[in-house]
Amino acid sequence: MICLDLFWTFFRIGLFTFGGGYAMLPLIQSEVLAHGWMDTAQIVNFIAVSESTPGPFAVNISTYIGRVTAGIPGAVCATAGVVLPSFTVILIVAAFYAKFRRSRAVEGAMTGLRPTVIGLIAASLLSIGREVFAPGAGWVPAIVSLGIFALAALLAFRRKHPICVIALSAAIGVAAGYALQL
Amino acid sequence: MRTAWALFLTFAKIGLFTFGGGYAMIPLIQREAVENRGWVSQEDILDVVAIAESTPGPIAINAATFIGSRVAGRRGAACATLGVVLPSFLIILAISYALEAFEHLRAVRYAFWGIRAGVLALILRALCNLFRQCRKDAFSVAIMLGAFAAAALLKVNAIAVIACCGALGVARAYAGRAKP
Repeated sequence: MICLDLFWTFFRIGLFTFGGGYAMLPLIQSEVLAHGWMDTAQIVNFIAVSESTPGPFAVNISTYIGRVTAGIPGAVCATAGVVLPSFTVILIVAAFYAKFRRSRAVEGAMTGLRPTVIGLIAASLLSIGREVFAPGAGWVPAIVSLGIFALAALLAFRRKHPICVIALSAAIGVAAGYALQL
Repeated sequence: MRTAWALFLTFAKIGLFTFGGGYAMIPLIQREAVENRGWVSQEDILDVVAIAESTPGPIAINAATFIGSRVAGRRGAACATLGVVLPSFLIILAISYALEAFEHLRAVRYAFWGIRAGVLALILRALCNLFRQCRKDAFSVAIMLGAFAAAALLKVNAIAVIACCGALGVARAYAGRAKP
């Protein structure tokens, strides 16, 4: 039963994701939080894992959530769910893709969808930021988090590889964690 | 049959060596599918990217299915897609057990605490990149703000927001105001 729920949820996520990488994040947040399969901190942790392992984010996160929620059958169902919409739609489109590319409806839909993804990722960023900088454990950790974020942003905008940004953030996290006895 | 197997292997290699997925995968696909195998032409790669972007689902999966189907029909599509999915599936399966075993360790908790702030910066960069590439006419900006407000303030489900804004884009195109 939970496998069916995983399949159907990730099927919807796959069907409504347009664009690569973080375009899927707002959908994952909406759906996975609503099901209580993971909390925001766990989702963000997993983004780091996904950036540091090969393969598309979509496959990585669906495999992980499926596995944690319902074992290996769960992983298979969630991953099959996220892949199936793409697979089916592409098979249909591949048959007459010249027409598809010139279609007014597709062009129009994309003019609506591209900015939508931006607005939604901005909303995700805000909600994750609220969680990361929440002064729940006191102000000092929140300020350290802000420092890590500033440094990471500096590196990220200088086009340093994500893995490098993650490794540095982890190192500072461990050092500050022990130093402050969090 | 040999082509199908070659598709599977090639896309498994692409899946295994791309970190981050999506657009990071395009140069590798280009090298393997265009230069090494000659499955698609240089111009067709642009089509592949355009179609992968404007159809639902992750870009990596879309590109694999599309190239697979061009080369060897439905069976080719299945092999290429399975190939691109399988390496991450197996790796994440293994990692999920390790994460469960270690996530309660103090050092690991601290590391992830730091990492969460770092990931925030990565999301910010991705957001800025998308923003730079997006058109900034009145319609686009209105949609951006509307989608943000719906998700951040009104807590509307992301799927509902996407469906509505996609429909708005189509409606606008047919209303004749969009410049194609």
